[in-house]
Amino acid sequence: MATHDKTLAFDAGWSYAPAPESTDHIAIDKRYGLFIGGDFVDPADGGYFETVNPATEETLSSVASATGADVDKAVAAARKARDGAWSKMKPAERGKYIFRIARLLQERAREFAVIESLDGGKPIRESRDIDIPLSAAHFFYYAGWADKLEYAFPGRRPTPLGVAGQIIPWNFPLLMASWKIAPALACGNTVVLKPAETTPLTALKLAELIRDADLPPGVVNIVTGAGDTGAAIVDHPDVDKIAFTGSTSVGRRIQKALAGTSKKYTLELGGKAANIVFEDAAIDQAVEGIVNGIFFNQGHVCCAGSRLLVQESVADEVIEKLKTRMETLIVGDPLDKNTDIGAINSAQQLETIRSYLNVGREEGAEMYQSSASVPEQGYWCRPTLFTGVSQSNRIVQEEIFGPVLSIQTFRTLEEGLTKANNTPYGLSGGVWTDKGAKIFRMTSRIRAGVVWANTFNKFDPTSPFGGYKESGVGREGGLHGLDAYLSLEN
Amino acid sequence: MAKSPGRVTVAKTYKIYINGKFPRTESGRYFTISDSRGVVIANVCRGSRKDFRNAVVAARGAVAGWSACSAYLRGQILYRIAEMLEGRRAQFTDELVLQGLGKRKATAEVDASIDRLVYYAGWADKYQQVFSAVNPVSSSHFNFSVLEPTGVVAILAPESSGLLGLVSNVAPAIAGGNTCVALASESLPLSAISFAEVLNSSDVPAGVVNILTGYRDELRGQFASHMDVNAVVYCDGDEDVAGHVQTEAAENMKRVVARTGVDWNKDAAQNPYLIRDTQEVKTTWHPIGR
Repeated sequence: MATHDKTLAFDAGWSYAPAPESTDHIAIDKRYGLFIGGDFVDPADGGYFETVNPATEETLSSVASATGADVDKAVAAARKARDGAWSKMKPAERGKYIFRIARLLQERAREFAVIESLDGGKPIRESRDIDIPLSAAHFFYYAGWADKLEYAFPGRRPTPLGVAGQIIPWNFPLLMASWKIAPALACGNTVVLKPAETTPLTALKLAELIRDADLPPGVVNIVTGAGDTGAAIVDHPDVDKIAFTGSTSVGRRIQKALAGTSKKYTLELGGKAANIVFEDAAIDQAVEGIVNGIFFNQGHVCCAGSRLLVQESVADEVIEKLKTRMETLIVGDPLDKNTDIGAINSAQQLETIRSYLNVGREEGAEMYQSSASVPEQGYWCRPTLFTGVSQSNRIVQEEIFGPVLSIQTFRTLEEGLTKANNTPYGLSGGVWTDKGAKIFRMTSRIRAGVVWANTFNKFDPTSPFGGYKESGVGREGGLHGLDAYLSLEN
Repeated sequence: MAKSPGRVTVAKTYKIYINGKFPRTESGRYFTISDSRGVVIANVCRGSRKDFRNAVVAARGAVAGWSACSAYLRGQILYRIAEMLEGRRAQFTDELVLQGLGKRKATAEVDASIDRLVYYAGWADKYQQVFSAVNPVSSSHFNFSVLEPTGVVAILAPESSGLLGLVSNVAPAIAGGNTCVALASESLPLSAISFAEVLNSSDVPAGVVNILTGYRDELRGQFASHMDVNAVVYCDGDEDVAGHVQTEAAENMKRVVARTGVDWNKDAAQNPYLIRDTQEVKTTWHPIGR
């Protein structure tokens, strides 16, 4: 029997009319200062850097570059707020401020979605339906915890840590800011947050929103800059806690920098998730899950399903269907509602991805890319897969952070599991099978913090997220995410 | 050496405990434990980096079996350790006295050690219910978070509490399904090796607990840096020690658990958060059909 009876003709002349999201309702300032002590202030040494739209390479705005002196000021403001207004406030009142942020974010959701796509290159469909609603939901979820913390930790009286220094990546700019700020505030801490240098705008818009919400000055401080600014936060003696999301190599440097200090830390680092498809899976659904697993957000996802492990008996069918499906993916204008894969976040990241494409071919793997057209301006990468790879290949072991999938096969459950667990990472994993017992057999033995069965890349504020092994330390989200911002010493 | 009028006593050779066996250190080195009058009590193995690596191999090999045991069975085996220790109260008390403790303190430490094992035996099938969650996600999915053992735990046991300190750190690690390699107190190492004999007769599978004796300053770095260890627990040390352990541990992002300044004799020194310290939270999603 043929694996499928009909083949869709994607070159039959059908095309999508452009469906651009309008940008006339958003406001981006020409220049942003640092948000310290409740106001935007100029950086101490007057340095600014530009943030560009990766889809057009046009400059969107100029953003302050915070130096050590600015970080000092931000930490001092956070400390003052921590010792003053924020700690004197009743927890229930603290919670109401956080609820207020959630509501304001919902009201301004479309504006934030457009800016997120402009600054970071992600498709508007994703920023509109995932990033911004989830951000608001995170604030709403943690707001309610503010006056209920003693119920989360039996036998303990939790207390805040103090000032939290938070450093976030460019792949989910507002969502990562929310993951960091919401639980920190709910637990009674104040924060100094540094957004990534390529995607600072939604964090700065959030600063405006927090000012509108009338939070006491200094409870949230947002300082923009590159790695030096982050290092100044990590090394600051008056910071009690570091929360970092980013690469494992930087996470390791942070863990070393914090060694011997009393600072607590949580680290959300890299991943190389296996998405494991068994022969008894619903194949069409699995193919959708593979596509969502690796091409969601251009593959700029730490928990991306970047390694497909497919059972040998269905490998040909799955790969053929996957290639067919990849042909339908539209690469281009992030603001177009039909776009599936937006712009690569930066020229630097595009270079990283390209170097991995070369590495993959040099190691002997066979590369396949869809024939999608891509715009001339901007940073783009067609959806890509590699077959003929082996476990030791760099494209199997290392995080690429782009729309690049490696494909391996396996025969037995044990072989699939062994291959799945054979990387230094342990952030996430996926299993596709229609057999319930097999699901639990696999999900209980995949060494990873988040496991999706017959689904992939799902997130929720109530659901803890974080890695095993070199994918990080600690959890964000859910009840378990509170732990990162509290002391449980009795 | 203990005296017994009218006969020559048979002294015990204190060896290390790896994979359910009692080898001597591969290094052939030793250090001497003397009583307060300077009389030699025992020559103790001065364990080496290679001993530690062998122990980690054993501990890693035991992870799959031990973590797959039912919580009920792990609880029963912990309880069995307590039973075996209860039967040897006199031996352990004498040994602590030999190492310089007063009779009353020694008795109290042995009793507390037995009770601590019973305490964690009881937690083995309960901590999961206290720390797990079903998460009310907004989408149409069933979503739950459970604890899983982190894997191999390296324990630098308390220096000042030779038996109770060791038991207080080993018990929560193994109650949670981890395996471990523990470095005994350097100045009070004898009870640790005798405790290994208890473990060895308590249905604890080989490799689940491995115990070394040796010099803390020499072995600390190995405990913290080994790439096949998932977590390191250290119970003594100043900022320099903390800095050293944490720096070495960063190489493979080990979980670092500091338990300094704890009075292991107190009830507050036992709680399920010590089990949680060496657990990972795993969250599983599955769609709910329509």
